[in-house]
Amino acid sequence: MQIIFYIAAIIAIFSTVMVITRLNAVHALLYLIVSLLSVAVIFFLLGAPFIAALEIIIYAGAIMVLFIFVIMMLNLGREAKEQESQWLKPSMWIGPAILAAIILVQLIYVLMANQNETFNSTVINAKQVGMSLFGPYLIGVELSAILLLAGIVGAYHLGRRKKASVHRFFEEASE
Amino acid sequence: MISISIETGLLLSGILFLLGLIGLLVRRNIIFMLMSVEIMLNAAGLAFVIGGSRWAQPDGQVMFIFILTMAAAEVSVGLALILLLYHRFKTVDADAASKMRG
Repeated sequence: MQIIFYIAAIIAIFSTVMVITRLNAVHALLYLIVSLLSVAVIFFLLGAPFIAALEIIIYAGAIMVLFIFVIMMLNLGREAKEQESQWLKPSMWIGPAILAAIILVQLIYVLMANQNETFNSTVINAKQVGMSLFGPYLIGVELSAILLLAGIVGAYHLGRRKKASVHRFFEEASE
Repeated sequence: MISISIETGLLLSGILFLLGLIGLLVRRNIIFMLMSVEIMLNAAGLAFVIGGSRWAQPDGQVMFIFILTMAAAEVSVGLALILLLYHRFKTVDADAASKMRG
């Protein structure tokens, strides 16, 4: 079973690298879906089948569909891709990449300084998660309900079309 | 189900988080920046689930559900902002919105 974990981890890292280097937004989105699916495999192996299902349904399903709809509405053409390749020059990305690589080396050093003791993951099913979610974490559920309501109101307000303040007589005259 | 060390899992989560951070710092297209934020949130959730799996408690998974809720709310508002930016400036360049003129 360990080999499945490592294969899924390598797929997740590779597809995430492809996400941040693609020029076409739809290609990046498809790689992001692959990355999320492999993370869902890792969740399943870690003994969290409910979270694996939620990852596929909400992340790879709902949120990615939102992204696809927005990319379709923007209707970015070929010139967007050329502009993207202009922005993605090595002088642009070499600095942040080196700094992040230094942080990664530090992270590896800190994590490997401790002794590596393995643990056996046990399956925690949806019932235990639900008991915990609606027991001690009930205030968190209510706060996330408020957060989602605020998100709906905010997205509606931002997406609302403003009424034209010019009378249509003047619009016709200007045309 | 599997026996791995917690360091391996946290290392994977850290690598994914750093890749998201690089994407956020490097890209100028605002859609890619939002995608990188999603990658970072997902990596943080992975760290929570690994921690919950290490101590065999459901708390890590509960935290992942909260992160998922937050990501969904954040992405809906963020995509509405992207549409607004594109209608106003006709570009997805994040630098186009650097001047606040109301």
